[in-house]
Amino acid sequence: MRIRVDRQMCVSAGMCALTVPELFDQDDVDGRVLVSDVTPAEEYHDRVERAVDSCPSGALRLDRATV
Amino acid sequence: MADTPRPLRGLPMRRDDRFAPATGLAELRDRHPISPMIYPDGHRGWLVTGHDLAREVLSSPHFSNRPELLHSPLDAPLPTQERPQTQPGFFLNMDPPDHTRLRRMLTGQFTVKRMRALEPRVEAIVAERIDAVLAAGPPADLVAEFALPVPSLVICELLGVDYDDRDGFQTDSHTLMDLRVPVEERIAARERIGAFMLRTAHRKRGRPDDGLLGSLVHSGELDDAELAGVGFLMLLAGHETTANMLALGTFALLEHPDQAELLRARPALMPQAVEELMRFLSIVHMGPTRCATADVRIDGRLVTAGSNVTVSVPAANHDPRRFDGPDRLDVTRPGTGHVGFGHGVHQCLGQQPARPEMRIGFDALLRRLPGLALAVDAKAVPMRSDMGLYGVHELPVTWRQE
Repeated sequence: MRIRVDRQMCVSAGMCALTVPELFDQDDVDGRVLVSDVTPAEEYHDRVERAVDSCPSGALRLDRATV
Repeated sequence: MADTPRPLRGLPMRRDDRFAPATGLAELRDRHPISPMIYPDGHRGWLVTGHDLAREVLSSPHFSNRPELLHSPLDAPLPTQERPQTQPGFFLNMDPPDHTRLRRMLTGQFTVKRMRALEPRVEAIVAERIDAVLAAGPPADLVAEFALPVPSLVICELLGVDYDDRDGFQTDSHTLMDLRVPVEERIAARERIGAFMLRTAHRKRGRPDDGLLGSLVHSGELDDAELAGVGFLMLLAGHETTANMLALGTFALLEHPDQAELLRARPALMPQAVEELMRFLSIVHMGPTRCATADVRIDGRLVTAGSNVTVSVPAANHDPRRFDGPDRLDVTRPGTGHVGFGHGVHQCLGQQPARPEMRIGFDALLRRLPGLALAVDAKAVPMRSDMGLYGVHELPVTWRQE
């Protein structure tokens, strides 16, 4: 699983940081998404999928084929 | 493709079950998740009731939120439509890139981290209000004594607005949202709030503090009119919304005692219970409405440029294609995916402060008021069917004094 991030699209809603705080954070100035690991360990996959599904702006996408 | 349905005449609003979407929406969603609708002013547009289509419309760059392009799906005209709000800074009524510029100045103040830091203050505010309710003794109207003051205190503190001024803006924002009030009176109420915010903006300019408005002054990018518009939006969006969720959510839990009991037994469920209540109750029940800025196909239907599309949040949040047993309140449900805070670039900016307010608020009500119960028959609780936000006008409750 690879997380694709488009920070230009991010609207700083914070759904990702709320759902998987271990991987996602928000910039202190404008609240936009920060990802600590775009190829997360398997234990996070379920929650990452929920975070991506909840993203209101389409700033987060998943590339499932990539290992 | 499904058969072409007969157009609806305006947004269905009558509820036979006070905790379910308006009557007729479920059948409509099952057959025509996007359905032609004739707005009361004669405009021919669409109503979206399906969850996936709701998210598609709300996140599409081909829809505008500018009030001069929008038609009211209800008989009552919107103040924004009668006299479009052109107030600078009121970025809910803007599209990108104007919207983006203003929203990005604020988003850093509404991050998940910042709101965690706010939690001790929310806890203190909630505890003070519960102490006051306990001291006065039963019965109490939870709307006036708890649900409205808690978010008002929080947003005033966030903005740096004097809470002693609340009487004016609370009355005026209530008037503004009351569709039974003649539109001229609602516009007057809007203008009074605008004037109050402009006075506040002038004051912040002279002596900027650490509040949200003060920090916007420091940024040096906004003039007073924009500052006032931002403040207006935050004040309006920041207290009525959470207030209605706290009161209606408590009513829902009292009417589903097994769910309240689960929350008392397993407090760790509270974060997802908040999401479930947002989904189940869907207090934004009259829209939002957007205007297509280009010809767009939604589920095969051609929505032509200039057509309005109204999204029914309650119908989308009760879509069985997305949620199992959607008409059941189930606090053990994984909480994500609802559109209670909207979707797309306008998704609620205040959702991160709203969550701890609800979590801490419901928790305190369930724990600190033993044997919490309605003080009147459930049928006698006055519902906000005619208000821009659904909820209860009053919630008379009682509890065991110990």
